[in-house]
Amino acid sequence: MNMSAAETITEDEDERGFKSGVPDKVLHIDDVHKSFAGLHALSDVDLDVRKGETHAIIGPNGAGKSTLLNVCVGRLKPDRGAVIFDGDTLTGKAPHEINQLGVARVFQTPEVFLDLTVLENVMVPALSKRDGHFKLNPFAAFTSEKKIREEAIEIIHNVGLHAQLNDIATSMSRGDKRRLELAMCLIQHPKLLLLDEPTAGMARADTNATIDLLKKIKEGGMTKVIIEHDMHVVFSLADRISVLAGGRIIAQGTPEQIKNDPRVKEAYLGEEQV
Amino acid sequence: MFSSLSRNDWLLLIVFSAIVLVLPWALQPIGAAYPDLLQKFAIFGIFAIGFNILFGLTGYLSFGHAAFIGVGSYVAVWSFKLLTMNVIPAVILSVGMAAVFAFLIGYVSLRRSGIYFSILTLAFAQMSYNLAYSVLTPITNGETGLQVRAIRQTAETSLRDGDVRVIDQLFGIPEVGVPITNLFGMKMSGYPGFYFCAVLLIICFFIAMCITKSNFGMMLKAIKSNQNRLNYTGIHTRPYLISAFVISGMYAGLAGSLLAITDPIAGAERMQWTASGEVVLMTILGGAGTLVGPVLGAGLIKYAEQKVSSWNEGILHNALSALPDGVEDFLVGLFSFFVGEGWHLTLGFLFMVIVIFLPGGLMEGARRIRASFGRDNSSKASGSKTVSQPAE
Repeated sequence: MNMSAAETITEDEDERGFKSGVPDKVLHIDDVHKSFAGLHALSDVDLDVRKGETHAIIGPNGAGKSTLLNVCVGRLKPDRGAVIFDGDTLTGKAPHEINQLGVARVFQTPEVFLDLTVLENVMVPALSKRDGHFKLNPFAAFTSEKKIREEAIEIIHNVGLHAQLNDIATSMSRGDKRRLELAMCLIQHPKLLLLDEPTAGMARADTNATIDLLKKIKEGGMTKVIIEHDMHVVFSLADRISVLAGGRIIAQGTPEQIKNDPRVKEAYLGEEQV
Repeated sequence: MFSSLSRNDWLLLIVFSAIVLVLPWALQPIGAAYPDLLQKFAIFGIFAIGFNILFGLTGYLSFGHAAFIGVGSYVAVWSFKLLTMNVIPAVILSVGMAAVFAFLIGYVSLRRSGIYFSILTLAFAQMSYNLAYSVLTPITNGETGLQVRAIRQTAETSLRDGDVRVIDQLFGIPEVGVPITNLFGMKMSGYPGFYFCAVLLIICFFIAMCITKSNFGMMLKAIKSNQNRLNYTGIHTRPYLISAFVISGMYAGLAGSLLAITDPIAGAERMQWTASGEVVLMTILGGAGTLVGPVLGAGLIKYAEQKVSSWNEGILHNALSALPDGVEDFLVGLFSFFVGEGWHLTLGFLFMVIVIFLPGGLMEGARRIRASFGRDNSSKASGSKTVSQPAE
């Protein structure tokens, strides 16, 4: 395990390195390794995310950021190592099982239900959160789920899509689809929200609006992991930053520490940006 | 229980029921008001509604649903042969057995999606057809088909050549001549047979409507829209897909039993891939994903099958007799390719036109017409706002 990069673990560690009983770390990535046809996408990655923090993962293109996120949500299985969330090992679990444990994800390319309305898009994940598992009842009315509908409308209002409540999602702009996807995650009240470049392709005004929105969520105490290229977004939101380069974590710390880390300057940020 | 249905849904159900029940009068002007064709409208309407629950809602295109029609037919005929000529046990057993078959086929096929799923279902249906045609001849009577016979006089007679009908014999129900299916004494041939099918069609329509408007239906639509997102939303899609597959298989099983009820014979040709393809055409022609569309598509195809296939050059000459001789001969020569045995060309041509110009089927055509009327009205009433209506 690469302990130099990780925060100090002091007490009650179990054999997986997860600090049990202390609600400090929500996500623990333990010695994860993933390769594709001999290419090491992730090597010996150790990462801890604390409860309630916004943790940014940055790195140059091809550093392994999205691969790491895919390992966390069950899209990819690591060759070695484990991902532990809130005491549960996520490795080997299917994406829907991981979501049921409280992990929600916003994709790099917005993944919404294009044929459904904005309201329906937000209500479907709410049903999943409430039901948990398969339920066949053709007489349970989707449209009369009043409690869910009211909450969905409130969240849609919060993300600024209330004017498009009954619009079909396919007609929305990319930025709006991102906000919709965020709303779909928020209605599940996840313990951990993973965001893969949430502002990619957005105009500056939309980016700032998204930053404000994510700051609001931060006030709610939700833990977030953000992969982002835009340093303005990263330094506006992140409590701590991990830097990935060549599939390895080369630095970890507060935004100030990362700004002044010579390895980061060399690998990713460049003198002028820092 | 039925809170998922809006007032518009109830209105649609009432209008649909009324139209189905008055079909024997309403179709007289187009020469389609005879029991055999009316029964086919209702039976294939049920088949298409069920198919639409799978294809229209989830987007999973099965090319093997004819297998369940075949299962339904065989089970119904065996019910007539072994138990009773009453149709109720036949319907229940057929639907149940189709559900079992659908579960087995769906469980394997739904491990894949897209074209692979379609090919798997097609393979299963063709396997079923070949089993029925040759391997399982003791059960299906192979090429000849399984038929209802008179009650056998000796135990040595094969069950294929003589029936037992234990329930009928138990109750001492007399049989004279060729046994006819019945509903507690009411013969299920002719118009009573149609009305039996029509009532089941209305019930099936209502159930499909409830499914479409429910949480379960919304999950099926979400699967069609973005299954990947659904997985990351905490929903295991496979149980939903298997349920949809089984439900649509049960609809097909019911349709198969009704085919046997109205004509107590079951042949392997009902399981042919062409029969599976036909229900795909019905659904797309009418409008996949809509409630009424598949029924319309089924009606149109069955009408074309019965009517266009019976037309010949003489009928065409009569119809075009007002035209100059040269033009008449040319058009009769041209159209004669599309009638009689060539009616499939008409169907193919119609299908191409619909898919190219109305990808949403006949229901999209209806929507466009309604939308154009809406525009006209709104342009007349200045300041009024056009409100778009959902399909159904």
